[in-house]
Amino acid sequence: MKKLFLGNEAVARGLYEAGCRVVSSYPGTPSTEVTEFAATYDEMFSEWAPNEKVAMEVAFGASVAGARSFCAMKHVGLNVAADPLFTASYTGVNAGMVILVADDPGMHSSQNEQDSRHYAMGAKIMMLEPSDSAECLDYAKRAFELSEKFDTPVILRVTTRVAHSRSAAETADRVDNGLKEYTKNPQKYVMVPANAKGKHVIVEQRILDQVAYCEKEAVENGLNKVEYNSKKIGVIASGICYQYAKEALGENASYLKLGCVYPLPVDLIKNFAAECEKVYVLEELDDYLETHCRKNGIEVIGKEAFTLQGEYSQSLIAKVILGEEKACLKTDVNIVPRPPVLCAGCPHRGLFYALKQLKVTVSGDIGCYTLGASQPLGMIDTVLCMGASVSALHGRNLADSANAKKSVAVIGDSTFIHSGVTGLINIAYNATDSVVIILDNSITGMTGHQQNPTTGYNIKGEPAAAVSLEKLAAAVGINTVIVVDPYNLEETKNGIQQALEAEGPAVVISRRPCALLKTVKHNPPLKVNKDKCKSCKMCMKIGCPAISMKDGKAQIDFTQCLGCNVCSQLCKFGAIE
Amino acid sequence: MNKSIMIVGVGGQGTLLASRILGSALLDCGYDVKVSEVHGMSQRGGSVVTYVRWGEKVASPIIEKGEADIILAFEQLEAARWIEYLKPDGKIIVNTQQIDPMPVVMGAAEYPAGVIEALKATGADVQAIDALPLAVEAGTSKAVNVILIGAMAKSMDLDKEIWIKALKESVPPKFLELNLKAFDSGYDA
Repeated sequence: MKKLFLGNEAVARGLYEAGCRVVSSYPGTPSTEVTEFAATYDEMFSEWAPNEKVAMEVAFGASVAGARSFCAMKHVGLNVAADPLFTASYTGVNAGMVILVADDPGMHSSQNEQDSRHYAMGAKIMMLEPSDSAECLDYAKRAFELSEKFDTPVILRVTTRVAHSRSAAETADRVDNGLKEYTKNPQKYVMVPANAKGKHVIVEQRILDQVAYCEKEAVENGLNKVEYNSKKIGVIASGICYQYAKEALGENASYLKLGCVYPLPVDLIKNFAAECEKVYVLEELDDYLETHCRKNGIEVIGKEAFTLQGEYSQSLIAKVILGEEKACLKTDVNIVPRPPVLCAGCPHRGLFYALKQLKVTVSGDIGCYTLGASQPLGMIDTVLCMGASVSALHGRNLADSANAKKSVAVIGDSTFIHSGVTGLINIAYNATDSVVIILDNSITGMTGHQQNPTTGYNIKGEPAAAVSLEKLAAAVGINTVIVVDPYNLEETKNGIQQALEAEGPAVVISRRPCALLKTVKHNPPLKVNKDKCKSCKMCMKIGCPAISMKDGKAQIDFTQCLGCNVCSQLCKFGAIE
Repeated sequence: MNKSIMIVGVGGQGTLLASRILGSALLDCGYDVKVSEVHGMSQRGGSVVTYVRWGEKVASPIIEKGEADIILAFEQLEAARWIEYLKPDGKIIVNTQQIDPMPVVMGAAEYPAGVIEALKATGADVQAIDALPLAVEAGTSKAVNVILIGAMAKSMDLDKEIWIKALKESVPPKFLELNLKAFDSGYDA
C-alpha cells in the first residue's frame, strides 16, 4: 500500500517490517515521532528512557540478547550517548542494532548545529542517510541487515527536512525471525583492555570491508547511486541536498548520491569526478564529504561556494551553480518579528514573574521554559545543555558564594530526570547553598507531550511507577523541599524566598500541569472591565500572548485565554474578571 | 509542471492539519506529493510555515522565494511576512484575523496597518476572508483552519468529494459534522 508518511513515521514502519523488537529513546526534535509511531505497533516493545545514554544501552542489551533493537535521539542526544556508542562499535552486535540520530541544520528547535557524521567517523560506525520517506523506510530495513552482516551497530542519520517531511512510501509485511541465540563470549562483549585490543583490530578490518562494500555491492543494490545526465556539472550529495540538487538542476547535471555516508568509497567518487567537467559537493553543515574528496586528491567545489551555516535549498544551489534567481514580490509592510512565546495559560509564566520580582540570577535549561529568557520576562541568564542548570548553579555558587542566595536553577521535570539529578546529588554532596527549582508540568512539553518517569504513565499511556521528586530530593540529602503552585504568584514568590533563606541547599517544586494537556480543565476566558481598566499595563508584564492593548485599554483574546488568573493577580484595580 | 502551496500562520492555529488534509487529497488524485512541516520550538506561538508540493515527480519538499502558486495565510501579518515566496502571478488567500506578536504585546512595535491593501499593491491575486466569525458560526473558533481549507479548495482544480474524503480521514468522527459545515462555509466564502 502506498501512503504519505512523515519521514520519522516511515523509519518506524521500517523498524516494524524489519522485525525490530525493542525500541528505547529519549524525545528530542526532530527525532521524537519515530518512537511515538513505533509505539503504535504492539509487536515492538517501545519505551521512553530517562536519557539517550540509557536508551542506547537498552538497545545494546537487547541486541546482545538476540533481539533486533533500536534507539533514536536528536544530534545533541548523541553527545549524551557517546560513551556506549564508541564501545558498542568494538563489541558489535548479536541481532541487528540501529541508532537514529536527527540533525537540525538551521536550528529550528536546537541549541547548536553540530554535524553527527563526525560521530560515525569517530566511533567507526557505518552511517546511512535517507533523502525522503521511502528511503527512510528502506534504509531502516537495510540498516538492520548491514548491522548483522558487518557485526556493528549502524547509525541512520536524518535531518529536519527529511524527518519532518511527508512523502509517499510503499509498505510490506513484517518479517520477524525470532530471537537470535545468545552465546556467552567475553572476548566479544567484555571490553577490558585485553579484549578491546583484539576488537580494535577487527573494527579496522571491518571498515576496510565496508569500504569495499560501498565501492561495489552498495552500487549494485542502489544504496550508492550514480546517475549520468549532462556531464558538464557533477554533484556529489546525500540526504536532502540530493533532493534540492535534483530540483534545482534536473537533467542538467549528473549525480553521485551516497546512501552510505560512513565509510565512504574512494574509487567510486574518483571515477564519477573524472567523468564530469565541474564537480560540486552539496552538503549541509560541515565539509565532511568535501574533506574526504580532497584527502583523496579529488578536485571539488564545496564550502568556498556554499556555507557552513544553516540549511541548503534548491534556490541556493540554482544561484551558486547556475547564477539564476527567481523574481519575487515585495511589500513595504513593517514585518514585526513573531518569536515563539510561552503559551497562554502556561504555568511557567507565573514562576518566571515571581523570579523577576525576586531579582535573582537564573541558571536555565532545555525545554519550553527556555522561553523564560524572552522579553518581557527575560529571566534566564544561561542555557547550555540538558541538566546544566543544576550543575552550573553549583559552579556559580562555588565561585561566588556570597551571592548564592541570589541565584537559582530552573529545570523541567523530564530534563531533571534526564541529567539534572546527578547535578543535584553534587550540590548536596559538595554542599553549596544552591536553590534548584523543578518546573513540574507533568509531561515532557517542548517535544509535544511525551510521558516520562515522573508522570505515572508509560509511552502507551498505561499507569507506571512515578518518581516522587520530593522523596528523591530528600533521599539525596536536600533538607528543604517546598512545593508551590505557579498560578498563585504570592505563594510562588514566598516559597522561593523561603528556599533562598533556608540553611543549606533547597529544592522548590513548581507544580502545575501543562495547560495544553487534554486532561487539564480550563476556566472560562477572562475579560477586561473597560471602566475599571486604568491602562497601567501591569497585566502586560507577564508576556501573555492573549493580552494586548486596544484603544488604550487592555483586552484579552477569548480564543487564547485559558482563565489561569495570573494576570488578574497583577491588576490593582480588579479590572480583569 | 509541479505546483506549490504554502500554508503560513501562528503556532497553535492548526496549519499542520491543513497541510495534512491537502497532502492526502493530492495523493488520492494520483500525484507525487511532498509536505514539509516544522515541529518543536517555533510551534509555541511563533511564525509557522508548511509547504505542500505536488506533480508528476517532486524532489524538494520545501518552497523558496518566488516559487509558491498559492499561499494560504491564517493571519494578516504572516501573509505579509511570506508574500515574497509567492510567484508574481500567484494567489494569496488571507484570513483577516490579527494576532499580536510579542513585540506588539509589549508595546515595542506596532501591528502594521493596511496589510491587505499592501498585499494587493504587489499585484498578487488577493482573496481576503474573515474566517473567525465564520468558524464561530459553524460551532467553534477552533474551526478557523477548516474554513480556510474550504477557501483553498475552491481555488484548486480538485473534485470537492476528494476534499471531503480527506477531511473525514483527518478529523475525529464526533467533530465531522461541524468540520464539514466549516469546510462548506469556507468553500462558499
